[in-house]
Amino acid sequence: MKGSLIIVGFFVVGLMLGVTGYVPDFLTDGDLSTYALYALLFLVGITVGADSGALDIIRNVKLELVLVPVFIIVGTYIGVGIVSFFMEDISFKDALAVGSGFGYYSLSSILISEIRGETLGAIALVSNIIREVTTLLFAPVMVMAFGKLAPIAAGGATAMDSTLSVVKKFSGKEYVLISIFSGTVLTVLVPLLVMFILEVL
Amino acid sequence: MVEVLLIMLAGVAFGYLFRRRDNIIRLAEPLLNWSIYILLFLIGISVGLNEVVMGKLDTIGVQALILSVAGVIGSCIASYFCYVLFFKKKEKNEG
Repeated sequence: MKGSLIIVGFFVVGLMLGVTGYVPDFLTDGDLSTYALYALLFLVGITVGADSGALDIIRNVKLELVLVPVFIIVGTYIGVGIVSFFMEDISFKDALAVGSGFGYYSLSSILISEIRGETLGAIALVSNIIREVTTLLFAPVMVMAFGKLAPIAAGGATAMDSTLSVVKKFSGKEYVLISIFSGTVLTVLVPLLVMFILEVL
Repeated sequence: MVEVLLIMLAGVAFGYLFRRRDNIIRLAEPLLNWSIYILLFLIGISVGLNEVVMGKLDTIGVQALILSVAGVIGSCIASYFCYVLFFKKKEKNEG
């Protein structure tokens, strides 16, 4: 929660600086953002690779465990896909790209801004923050209505860290490993799915 | 954008190779945070400079909310099927 506030803070300060119009050239020519993006991707990779816990789980993985992120991806796409037909400015593809953030708002909004422009990037940022906050606030309701995997599904990529605490509390200890596994898989898939949807589809 | 995949895979390999070197791995997290801060600061700037986007911030908020609610409900319903089909039964047997 504190982490998201800092991130939103940096975004808002940048926004205000942009509105004034007094922005030094080296901040807007794109080089800095390209290198920072490469650094970000490399570092995300390091945190996944160094996390031996995640690799241990993958080593003795069971089929039903793999099905959890698969169901989450399909369910998210069906959800955002359906509403995109009722939204004026959002195409089916754009909706799938925003949904592909799975709550990982920093990485997804950065990639979407680079590939598809600031508008959809801003939508992805806000939308995926809401997804994380919704999970933190409504996890108990989700468990009652949709069963114990629901907060893991709603949390998406964040189920491995920021929303893991509510999964543990409301789904139970035995769902912690499932949550870490599903969150890790979705975290790795976020950049791949965003790019696949916006550049290949 | 093949480079995105390659850079991330290089990171995974690096992280795996140095997973026991705490002093190296511990650096990754603050660096990761700072790269996120810098990038969102820069995205903030380009949004702020873009008058078209600034003119429809309210619409952007509503669209974001609709998409997140749809994604959350869709994934929750899908997870319900996954839970009932593959997890609930097992839980009962064990309990």
